[in-house]
Amino acid sequence: MLVLRRVARFAAGLAALMLATFAMIHLIPGDPVRAALGPAAPAELVATRTAALGLDKPLPEQFATYLKGVVSGDFGTSFLTGEPVGQIIADRLPNTLTLAVLATLAALLVAVPLGLWAAIRTENGRHRGTEIGFTSGTGAAVAVPEFLYSIALVVVFAITLGWFPPAGKEGPLSYVLPVAALAIGPAALVARLVRVETMRELGMDYVRLARAKRLPAAMVNLRHVLPNALTATLTTGGLLLGGLIAGSVLVEYVFAWPGLGMRMTEAITQKDFPVAQGVILVYGAIVLIVNLAVDLLLGLLDPKSTLKES
Amino acid sequence: MRTLSGLAGAAIVALLLVLAVIGPPIWGDRAELIDPVAALQGASAAHPLGTDNLGRDILARMLVATRFSLLLALLAAAIGAAIGVVLGTLPSVLPRRPGRLVSGVVNALVAFPGLLLAMFTAVVAGLGARGAVLGIGVAVAPGFARLTQTLAASVAGADYVAAARLLGVSRTRIVTRHVLPNIAEPLILNLTTMIGGSLLGLAGMSFLGLGVQPPSYDWGRLLFDGFGRIYVSPIVALGPALMVVVAGVGFNLVGEALARTASRSAVHGAAPAVPPRPAAGEDDERRDTEAVLEVRDLTVTFPGDVTPVRDVSLTVGPGEIVGVVGESGSGKSLTAYAVGGLVPYPGVVGGGPVLLCGQDVHALPEGERRKVLGTSLAMVFQDPMASLNPALKVGGQLAEVATVHQRATRADAWRRAVDRLGHVRITDPARRARQHPHEFSGGMRQRAVIAMGLMGTPRLIIADEPTTGLDVTVQGEILRLLREVTEETSAATLFISHDIAVVGSLCDRVVVMYAGRVVEELPADRLGAAAHPYTRALVSSVPDMATDRSQPLASIPGRQPTPAEVGEGCAFAGRCPLATSRCTAERPPLEEHGKAHRVACWEVS
Repeated sequence: MLVLRRVARFAAGLAALMLATFAMIHLIPGDPVRAALGPAAPAELVATRTAALGLDKPLPEQFATYLKGVVSGDFGTSFLTGEPVGQIIADRLPNTLTLAVLATLAALLVAVPLGLWAAIRTENGRHRGTEIGFTSGTGAAVAVPEFLYSIALVVVFAITLGWFPPAGKEGPLSYVLPVAALAIGPAALVARLVRVETMRELGMDYVRLARAKRLPAAMVNLRHVLPNALTATLTTGGLLLGGLIAGSVLVEYVFAWPGLGMRMTEAITQKDFPVAQGVILVYGAIVLIVNLAVDLLLGLLDPKSTLKES
Repeated sequence: MRTLSGLAGAAIVALLLVLAVIGPPIWGDRAELIDPVAALQGASAAHPLGTDNLGRDILARMLVATRFSLLLALLAAAIGAAIGVVLGTLPSVLPRRPGRLVSGVVNALVAFPGLLLAMFTAVVAGLGARGAVLGIGVAVAPGFARLTQTLAASVAGADYVAAARLLGVSRTRIVTRHVLPNIAEPLILNLTTMIGGSLLGLAGMSFLGLGVQPPSYDWGRLLFDGFGRIYVSPIVALGPALMVVVAGVGFNLVGEALARTASRSAVHGAAPAVPPRPAAGEDDERRDTEAVLEVRDLTVTFPGDVTPVRDVSLTVGPGEIVGVVGESGSGKSLTAYAVGGLVPYPGVVGGGPVLLCGQDVHALPEGERRKVLGTSLAMVFQDPMASLNPALKVGGQLAEVATVHQRATRADAWRRAVDRLGHVRITDPARRARQHPHEFSGGMRQRAVIAMGLMGTPRLIIADEPTTGLDVTVQGEILRLLREVTEETSAATLFISHDIAVVGSLCDRVVVMYAGRVVEELPADRLGAAAHPYTRALVSSVPDMATDRSQPLASIPGRQPTPAEVGEGCAFAGRCPLATSRCTAERPPLEEHGKAHRVACWEVS
């Protein structure tokens, strides 16, 4: 039941996304082809291009062609290079996904232990200093956007210290800075969440009972508290992963990372609308898939939520 | 300490506002001054942050750009707020189905990264400041819409809204006249955070070259220009980057501080003075060797000199169930937690030794104490829903006691867990052990918790209102089980309850607590002959078959003093029909009053 409803929600989201990306080209004021080719381009060229793109056909027909294309992996061709957009996506997507997945793992590896530690240390108002340090530190870390981390990391670790390459994707070392830039903000946010959720769980009777059983503190915290704190964290954590994928656009730009985001930025500045359209569709679809996956995972991890929904 | 960050944020924001006003008139000319000789310089005394490709001073440009950057952020936030408020209030104005559709769309958009929304909008609206502002406005709108929706829903239940609805006021008018004015404050507070977010978003857009286009410039555009030269002179990019960070953090800190003022939390008092705990040996002559549990002069103190438990002494024999009764706040639960060594921080336990089978458990070394209490103390809490871990299988939660304290193998521990579940009459225990707590009924959960206590050899069972959350029929089962388990293990059971009728039927002895002290102690079958006016009032407030139903049930006028209010005399004096001047001035000691009966009252002893 739960699975069906979630999948239906995903399908609705996907439909809305396709409609939006299709409408995008038509919402552009004036003639998108003229805008892309520039005012100096001859009228015949604009007319041929428009016809080649099918933009002169009635809207419903265009939408049908668009849908058919998307389903068969044909996203059109670039205005500028003539490359098939599907090929661009296939080339670039793996690089973006690697970055996003590594950053998510890095963020979780840092954030979960940190949040857990902070919660246990500040339980019942103990260690006010730690609490203030933790909340203001993570608060500030969350407030700084990833592209500024990127610039700071490049200046310090690539240009000044020369430890890592400043840009490009060559060898394992070139992953370190972009992953770090992408992970710092989410790590701080997740650490805050884990702390809040852990504090809540620590106040529950089952924790008192586990403590009454005199289980070792590590066992109470890791076996009893952590799984419950994590299920609650996961919902927001999922939203975060979506944001992280979007944040990779800026990070890719700073590190000249050969990913989708870099290509999207280029396409938008160059008014290469078919590429922009295809890439935005893919980004949106990834976000929807991630959200669906988080929902399903949550249902799997927390047996109660499935029961409540059915 | 906490407001320090708020003050810092306010200072930053104020400084930015001043810069926005005075920046362009003061440094405007310098920012536009083209000097081809000085083009593309790094940091120097004349140009602390270097110069751009036309030789213009970057520091001056950065300061001048404050106005434009803030202005764009304000605009984007205003657009976001306008869209957000409309989307957020629509569900309460529209009929049910379209309303739900709108809130569904808002929820979907909240889960969608703002940057993607912004880029989409920017493609449609075109490159430049206009497109970027619109894009960021659209990007921040869903979050604001959700906030509005949540706040509106919380107000919609209020009495004045219900009254307006009854009077036939239209939905639109309810929203504009009643709902919006009442949620305006939190919305405006959140606007600060949103301005900060817009500022960062716009900087990001301009940095990608999708925002402000030359000859206009904002911080993001300066960053874009400087970024290309980052290898040669990092300072030209770091300056604007730092400005964006400071501004973003400043708005964020102010936003957080504003949100905090909206929900002020309680302050913490000073550390308590701890009465020294005398060694076990000093009280040897008073020790009852027969007793399983013996507690002398137990005190629990919290910071601010609050003492919710004062000088409580208890003795419980093997197989005996002692009921501890009293109103909420009488200190009965805290007494039991102190005995079990479970008083929450920052509470401090003081007073005499806690002897479990003649052993001062709190004087034992840490490792030893863990083992003793882990296997010999069983606890049953009020809410069986909450006392089992929802994420773990019931059998596993039982088995861990054996693996940790008795060093049993996992298989042995599991077998014992299944056996114990069967022992408390859970049918098909092998299957049940593999289930999660939510698959158990309330009564079964409580039995599983009792079974957990039976994994070791309980010497002391503390049951804190174990039947309050259960149906009356299930209550009886649990009470019978507690009785059986106590007799079978010869444990001492402390049964905490506010229900004197249940206590009277289950327990052997009753200890009555009031405002942190024991006021009476008597055999349960003599409750009818209770001496203390408070106990008598408790007993007479229980209706039975003979109660005259036409009369209102007896209740005790007044309220129990809080721990901080307890003075010199008898704490009950204020509510006592027998109270004299002596009662308010001098506290009556707990004294013998017939066989196995002690009472603390001047008027009856």
